[in-house]
Amino acid sequence: MDIVVLRGVSFAYDGTPVLVGIDLTIKEGDFLAVIGPNGSGKTTLVKVILGLLQPAEGKVELFGKPPGSLSDRGRIGYVPQKATHIDPYFPASVEEVVGMALLSESRPRAAAGRERRGRVLRALEVVGMGEFGRWPVGRLSGGQQQRVFIARALVTSPKILFLDEPTTGVDAETQTSFYDMLDRLNRQEGLTIVLITHDIGIVNKHVTSVACLNQRLAYHGTHAEFCRSDVFRDMVSRGDHLIAHEH
Amino acid sequence: MHALFAYGFLQRAFLAGVLIAVACAVLGLFLILRKDAMIGHGLAHIAFAGVALGLFLNVLPLVAALAVAVAAAIAVMRLKDRAGLHGDTAIGIFSSLGLAVGVLLASLARSFNVELMAYLFGDILAIEPIEVVLTLVLAAAVLIVVRLNYAKLLYMTFDRESARAAGVRVGRLDTLLMVLTAVTIVLGMKIAGILLVAALIVIPAAAGLQVAGSFRSAVRASIAVAVASVAGGLGLSLALNIPASAAIVVLCFLAFAAFSLGKRGRAIRPGPG
Repeated sequence: MDIVVLRGVSFAYDGTPVLVGIDLTIKEGDFLAVIGPNGSGKTTLVKVILGLLQPAEGKVELFGKPPGSLSDRGRIGYVPQKATHIDPYFPASVEEVVGMALLSESRPRAAAGRERRGRVLRALEVVGMGEFGRWPVGRLSGGQQQRVFIARALVTSPKILFLDEPTTGVDAETQTSFYDMLDRLNRQEGLTIVLITHDIGIVNKHVTSVACLNQRLAYHGTHAEFCRSDVFRDMVSRGDHLIAHEH
Repeated sequence: MHALFAYGFLQRAFLAGVLIAVACAVLGLFLILRKDAMIGHGLAHIAFAGVALGLFLNVLPLVAALAVAVAAAIAVMRLKDRAGLHGDTAIGIFSSLGLAVGVLLASLARSFNVELMAYLFGDILAIEPIEVVLTLVLAAAVLIVVRLNYAKLLYMTFDRESARAAGVRVGRLDTLLMVLTAVTIVLGMKIAGILLVAALIVIPAAAGLQVAGSFRSAVRASIAVAVASVAGGLGLSLALNIPASAAIVVLCFLAFAAFSLGKRGRAIRPGPG
């Protein structure tokens, strides 16, 4: 099943083109890495898919509908680039942050409250943060905060998860366990994942497909084919944050 | 009979004051965390123009102030969006204009008198019975609307982009928050006064933020400070014949100072708040 379909999508900020003629399909179960240099339009692409930005040209479909008219937003999990740039003095507990995504409750209040808390705690368990529910989120490390934001994105049981540069400022050890967790969610839970990064090396072990973006979509295909492609060779020759990983 | 009426009237005024205090405390938390703490101050100045307009046109000043403040709140939001103004520039423009228009109208109506002073500095004994009823109804309405939108307001305040992606209509909520603040400021001005009512938005919420480890506990602490200050300030005003607005603000500040000192006394450590 196609979850995301883009046909001829273009977008410009104040007349400066950022995305040009993008054709992209993301299928259920994909673990897609969107890579490209700074300013290549990666974040803009995700915002267009989510309906946060309107394309100047082309067609976008999310679960078969234009993103703006998608009523069940719980099918989407999103962790924006600046998620961890939160106000450290914001008085929110970890449970409150994860529960923010559960916006609509139609059940009686007490039952809804119990069910909400159960879902929040389960989402925290999935990301290994089950013991931190009552901690103020501002007191956690960057890596722990990132896990909390993933839990918030997972609490609605989404079908697709968008992560924008999720490991920026996170130490190498935490990054490894973080990507192992994404691997597990993709392979065991069948979660479709779209991961934006400018570091192709770190994702080599995990993703099933790669989209290489630099305003235009320079490459979209399986990871194995990507490693044999001219685009990959060009990136190697430029030294674009490449780390050799065995697939 | 008169004493009984006065007693019942005061009870209703106290109740109105408590409801306004709760609304101010909750709205204040959202506004401070959005870095919009001075909006209350600006809207109070704008409400002054409404009061002067009411006195000029000889209509109930509270109603005129509500209309002007709500209209200005919406205008501020539009100006921010369309003119691309930075931060609180729009509120700065409108608050100055509000004060200027208020002074002009009051001058034209020759109404720089005791009634205007009651609005500037607050006078709970000058509240008309109809104003008490209006205040009770509108303050309750503000609290109900906040409760219904609480989860969305919290999500938007904490992480605007994720809230948008989750389907929260942040632009509408921005305007709603401004309108609710405008209504609350106008309702509070007869108790705390135009010049001091903004303190009820800022200080209790700032005090609550000193001790809170969660948003829920921040709400509870802020409400406790606001209600205690309003009730205590009104009580002190009646007992000692001092201005209620000043007593309320001083009590708010004392609570803030106590919470701040208490926070400084505790070592900051990782762990549950």
